[in-house]
Amino acid sequence: MSDHSVEPVGGPIIFNRFTRFLAMFLGLWILILAYRFATGIGTVSGLTDGYPWGIWIAFDVVTGTALACGGYAIAILCYILNKGKYHPLVRPAILTSALGYSMAALAIIIDVGRWWGIWRIPLGGFPDMGHYNWNSALLEVALCVMAYAGVLWIELGPAFLEKWKATSKSPGLIKFAGAGLKFYDKALIWIIALGVLLPTMHQSSLGSLMLLGGHKLHPLWNTGWIPLLFLISCIGMGYAVVVWESAVSSRVFNRQREDSMLISLSGAMVIVLGLFLLLRFADIIISGKFGLMFSSGMLSVMFWIEMALVAIPMLMLIRARDRAKFITIFRASMLIMLAGALYRFDAYIVAFNPGKNWSYFPTTLELLITFGVIGLEIFLYIFIVKRYPILSGTRATQVREIEGRA
Amino acid sequence: MTMDRRTLLKGAAAAGAGAAVSAATTAEASSVRPTAPPDAVGMLYDATLCIGCQACVTACKTANNMPGNLYDPPKDLDGQTKNIIKLYEEDGEKSYMKQQCMHCIDPGCVNACMIGAFKKREYGIVTWDKDRCIGCRYCQVACPYNIPKFQWDTPVPEIVKCELCNHMLARGEEPGCVQACPKEAVIFGTYEELLADARQRVADHPERYYPAGAPQIFGDTEGGGTQVLYLAGVDFEKLGLPVLGDDGVGVQMRAIQHGIYRGFIAPVALYGILGAVLWRNRRAAAKEGSDE
Ligand code: SF4
Ligand code: SF4
Ligand code: SF4
Repeated sequence: MSDHSVEPVGGPIIFNRFTRFLAMFLGLWILILAYRFATGIGTVSGLTDGYPWGIWIAFDVVTGTALACGGYAIAILCYILNKGKYHPLVRPAILTSALGYSMAALAIIIDVGRWWGIWRIPLGGFPDMGHYNWNSALLEVALCVMAYAGVLWIELGPAFLEKWKATSKSPGLIKFAGAGLKFYDKALIWIIALGVLLPTMHQSSLGSLMLLGGHKLHPLWNTGWIPLLFLISCIGMGYAVVVWESAVSSRVFNRQREDSMLISLSGAMVIVLGLFLLLRFADIIISGKFGLMFSSGMLSVMFWIEMALVAIPMLMLIRARDRAKFITIFRASMLIMLAGALYRFDAYIVAFNPGKNWSYFPTTLELLITFGVIGLEIFLYIFIVKRYPILSGTRATQVREIEGRA
Repeated sequence: MTMDRRTLLKGAAAAGAGAAVSAATTAEASSVRPTAPPDAVGMLYDATLCIGCQACVTACKTANNMPGNLYDPPKDLDGQTKNIIKLYEEDGEKSYMKQQCMHCIDPGCVNACMIGAFKKREYGIVTWDKDRCIGCRYCQVACPYNIPKFQWDTPVPEIVKCELCNHMLARGEEPGCVQACPKEAVIFGTYEELLADARQRVADHPERYYPAGAPQIFGDTEGGGTQVLYLAGVDFEKLGLPVLGDDGVGVQMRAIQHGIYRGFIAPVALYGILGAVLWRNRRAAAKEGSDE
């Protein structure tokens, strides 16, 4: 276990050229945001009445939370399927998920026009209560996303408490941390159960949402099975992100990689991907849309790219001998993330056609706002893993030496 | 070996239980199609009578205190235009087309809006409430006719769309556009009256309306029906109306949402199962630990 004990990476937050650039970019980002809030959404974005939702929703919220399903995927594997050996992966996965969901919440505040009224949603429409519309999948998404962001930070609580207990100088804080950790010992399973339930609910509802697109959404995407497809796809993306994160963080922070664990994870991915393909094709064939796969022009091409992006990683991982190589699962993970992202972009933007007079392409400022959201997430990730015990096998002193030399 | 079949099934069952209901429940969709409320009112626009004078466009602006003037007429509905007249002219065919909210019987916008800013209220009129709206624009995604408009160029945007001049109806007046029309191309009435009127016109002049011989009354059944009805001499698709089935866009989503979340039984049950599995796993782990 000593190999996999978690500890802070340590060292300065801004430690190389990339992080310096990031800090500067975030400064610029804040100015762009100020401009958006001062002048309105139309002045910074390419959004129109025909395409009221663009990349802020399709990427930051819908794709972002799906990529943040690492915590969900690992929780299913680790706690529900009882594969305790994946434990070292749990904390970093939960951290990326917590950050991902928090950033999605931030993106929503940037995106909605009358953001100052948002606080009334968790309060049941306060001050005039009782106006929840339970027919709206968006209500369910909004409540679940907020609740889940909270649950993720609570799941991460022990990381902060452990640090305070070990290093704080205030006896009060140490006592609080001790009591908190005891509480976690008892309550954690119920928090984790919530952490599996909530994504199951809203990741599927993120698909149901687009059913209201009606005739504007192309039939290859507009299907009653879309909630199930979104759910399966987000589990695949969650796995993929964990692989990717483990590889990148071990490289950047010079820590041991969890190769063997990730390799045994990848067997499950074959099944998840296969199930997705099976359901997608079964749905299309059962509902008599077979011809549309070939006759929809540009959208047929998009459809087949999506399918290829799911099928190729599945084939890459299908043989145990192939998936024993880390580079294979790393490459497959990239494709799985791309597949999920493209599926969501298509369902929200590309296959959404409000009429022939409308078109959408994000503006530079709109893209910069999205980059800033991602940048902030990376920045916070670095900050937290450097200060709190999240990653395992970090060889912290070595890292500090390397940085000292740089 | 990564995991055995049994544990995998267990996980798949737990993860998929909620959503799996969805596919099963789409079948009951047709049972939740609403009908027009008994007091429903609406408008009937007959494109064959319209002369394109735009009097209704100006009157709408006046009635709703919206900026804009006739010398610079708007090209489309927008953040300050709730009613518009467009001209269709192609291949020798010509028709005007009036566009405003259809006051759907099963409105996509109402179905979408999570905190009830959009509501179908007295007389079946679909209204928007500024104090509830958060500006998420889901209503725009959900409206099959692209009617709700968002004010893109202000930090305090509102959603703008025709509310059938309900403020004027309250004092016994007809909507602004109806009052202004010199040709009675757009008339106001109860839904029943208007539907009967439209059927009469179609029966009297089957050759004048599209498709000749068996004319279509747009809004009778389209998209679950609308309280604003249309007659025209040209294909409605060419005039910018979509081809819709008999169900409103909300039918399928309601079936799914209700199927999964009826009485909140499925989520609570799933939560219980997850908790139980976790508890069992932990106890097993503790036992193993003490055995060592
Ligand atoms: S036309 Fe659009 S805005 Fe009007 S009631 Fe129907 S869905 Fe709502
Ligand atoms: S923009 Fe406003 S009215 Fe439209 S769905 Fe969102 S909250 Fe409701
Ligand atoms: S006022 Fe009447 S005739 Fe003139 S454009 Fe409007 S609907 Fe047509």
